[in-house]
Amino acid sequence: MEETIKFKLNGKKTEAMIDPTQTLLWVLRNHFGLTGTKFGCGMGFCGSCTVLLDNEPVRSCQLSAGEAAGKNVVTIEGLATNGKLHPVQKAFVEHDALQCGYCTPGMIMNATGLLLKNPSPSLQEIKDGMENNLCRCGAHTRIVEAVQTASKEMKGGK
Amino acid sequence: MKEEHTKTQDYLQKDKPHGMERRDFFKILGGGIFIFFRPWAAIDLLGLPAEQARSLPKDYNAFLRIAEDGTVTCFTGKIEMGQGIITSLPQMMADELNVQVEKVKMVMGDTDLCPYDQGTWGSMSTRVFGPNMRAAAAEAKAVLLELASTQMGVPVSQLEVRDGIITDAKNPKSSVSYGQLAKGKKIEKFLDVKPAVEDYTKFTYVGKSYNHSDANIKVTGEAKFAGDLKLPGMVFARILRPPSHGAKLTSVDYSGAEKIAGTKVVRDGDLIAVINENRESADESIVKIKAEYSFDEMPVNDRTIFEWMLKADSNINVLRSSGDIEAGRQASDKVFESEFHDPYLAHTAIETHTALAQLEGDKMTVWASTQSPFGLRDGITRELGLPEEKVRVITPFIGGGFGGKGEYQQGIEAAKLAKLTGKPVMLIWTRDEEFFYDTFHPAGVIKIKSGIDKSGLIKFWDYNLYYSGARGSDTLYDVPNSKTTHYEQKRGGSPVHPFGTGAWRAPNNNANTFAREVQIDIMAAAAGMDPLEFRLKNLKDENLRACLKAVADKFGYVAGKTPSGRGIGIAIGIDAGSWVAHMAEVKVDKTTGKVQVIRIACAQDMGLCVNPEGATIQMEGCIMMGLGYTLTEEVLFEGGNIQNRGFDSYTIPRFSWLPKIDTVILERKDKPPQGGGEPAIIGIGAVVANAIFDATGARLYRMPMTPARVLEALKKA
Repeated sequence: MEETIKFKLNGKKTEAMIDPTQTLLWVLRNHFGLTGTKFGCGMGFCGSCTVLLDNEPVRSCQLSAGEAAGKNVVTIEGLATNGKLHPVQKAFVEHDALQCGYCTPGMIMNATGLLLKNPSPSLQEIKDGMENNLCRCGAHTRIVEAVQTASKEMKGGK
Repeated sequence: MKEEHTKTQDYLQKDKPHGMERRDFFKILGGGIFIFFRPWAAIDLLGLPAEQARSLPKDYNAFLRIAEDGTVTCFTGKIEMGQGIITSLPQMMADELNVQVEKVKMVMGDTDLCPYDQGTWGSMSTRVFGPNMRAAAAEAKAVLLELASTQMGVPVSQLEVRDGIITDAKNPKSSVSYGQLAKGKKIEKFLDVKPAVEDYTKFTYVGKSYNHSDANIKVTGEAKFAGDLKLPGMVFARILRPPSHGAKLTSVDYSGAEKIAGTKVVRDGDLIAVINENRESADESIVKIKAEYSFDEMPVNDRTIFEWMLKADSNINVLRSSGDIEAGRQASDKVFESEFHDPYLAHTAIETHTALAQLEGDKMTVWASTQSPFGLRDGITRELGLPEEKVRVITPFIGGGFGGKGEYQQGIEAAKLAKLTGKPVMLIWTRDEEFFYDTFHPAGVIKIKSGIDKSGLIKFWDYNLYYSGARGSDTLYDVPNSKTTHYEQKRGGSPVHPFGTGAWRAPNNNANTFAREVQIDIMAAAAGMDPLEFRLKNLKDENLRACLKAVADKFGYVAGKTPSGRGIGIAIGIDAGSWVAHMAEVKVDKTTGKVQVIRIACAQDMGLCVNPEGATIQMEGCIMMGLGYTLTEEVLFEGGNIQNRGFDSYTIPRFSWLPKIDTVILERKDKPPQGGGEPAIIGIGAVVANAIFDATGARLYRMPMTPARVLEALKKA
């Protein structure tokens, strides 16, 4: 049954008439047209669908839309502000930390969540924090470097 | 280098007619200067012997256009899947035409806009397509210079070109731009000159590092992959799948599925699908279908497959032979016999096979994640009985291919469903379907007999390859008596592989390099020689020797006999025209059998490197991906039933595996560019196996080298 779900989406108060048992992933993609959040496995194993829920990285394929009610959802489309890339996005471009780019939104959202919680992660903490996001092209080494760079920039308050 | 692949609307643009003929280009694209070109031999285009190559439907397979605004566009059937040709091909074009790299655009993988191309694989785009594209650019420049010469009234020899502007060298105030020259013109040239080898050292853009030109739209979520498109009235489809390969549907009841709100069940013979405007309702519906099957599966599984292959009635094909194996055996002081096993592997691109299909009137358009847009077009033509000119395939960005998207079953399925339902149909394979219908890297057995004399020279090499492909099976080393025999599927015989197999990044070279380089390592150890010294002693190939030297320098290699306890391995190989050498250091936990790769260095000679940044990224990616087939990846199956169909049971490399990676690209500006997307993956299995031996004395003959297999090998050590 459809019902009205209210939540904050990429900084804006949002209301949607949706079936709250649908996953947040497909509501974002199909209802809101926010297709930056990717489907990779639908089982929470790959991390391509990672979004921030109240600043916490979550697998949107494992979360019902109803669970997002009253919360603050940020997707890859909501990360840049006024056309200016978020430091994590910027660092991914600078380090060329992607190849096919399919896992990239999930990587960036997970890294952003990681840095919000721990602004100065060690190399090991970055690897641990990113462990469950999968990249098949093998961009890992550059992703780690990008997270290190973003960490520095975010701490500098830029 | 601006991307063509930005907005949904670009893909959904429907005003272009289908089945474009050459004469139509002017009508559709407006005026300008057009150069049509093609690769020069069937083998260039297809990677196949000429007699196997299909005849080309057109007399050219790409073209470039200089538009009235000075923009240079290359229309090609190649696609971008992360390998970076959207960045590197414009570099080559910009240099040849003397325009700014930003002025070059690529239009890729659209069967209506781009001429025929067989597919994007085999590391062919740069080494084969590239030179032809450059020749076309040179021809375009010649046309432009002629036009300028006429317009300015000075001989061509007096003209200079820079950034798309032609200037009279004697009167610098007199100049004209490419755009001005192209204005109002309709010039069509067919490139008839085989490209000459150019002086690569003169270039401005080629050889310089560029970041991915598509990075900006990929970090914002703006880049569109096939599954990101949406059409009015679009429905999501799920297809009823058999539980195993070889299963046949005997009865089906879909009354349960039809009870789900908004779901419709459609059927055409064995194709049974549900459609719903919500993806998850389609998911919910498909499991409500009750189906029964009969089973006729091959009595083979992932444990018995190797014996199964050795017993099979095979076609025996001697690929190479020189000298006399028996004489070589007689001349040997020590003889070695090994049997290597390599399993089936899945591609597991993070984007599953996806397609959106729409039938409008009698015109079918399919947006698909495929490495082979023209193959899909031909498949739809064949299976749906549509004329070629009524089928258009468009490839948006592709979320990884690795050979697995050379196949395009999902595109044909989506097209059939669009025809059946009369609606635009989005088909996104589940991860389960992706594992089930993948065209796996084929399992194989490699048996090697070889021998060395007292001085450590290899005297014979008898290489026997069962059911894995021959790429990379060359002996490489300088051996007087050698023979390579391929045991293959017999034509008309019962199939040996229980399911579909296909190309997997550097197809089969991983297995061949693993077997060869481990065997070399075995002989080096038996000879009591340092494995680098042993290789150099038996190797004349100067390019490989240079790679070995470069990698040893980068790695800081210190000679030592194995097993030294240090955990250091070496491997070399050739793939896609490039030479590579690897060194690695590993740690082996002797109580658990777990292997951690500490660092890997790789040196690569790929001829002229067009984009060093892009090439380095490909090398890093190869190394990381290679750790998967080396340590964990293996398709488990029982008959036709694929048992590991998820990332929980089929483990691919993760961040915790990340070794320190060092790469060296040898300076080879004098040689034409070679393949870069695959070579650096071929040595990973071998280099790790040899490092495990050096660490522990345990010899691994079977990939992947799981903790259980390492423990087993430790017991024998």
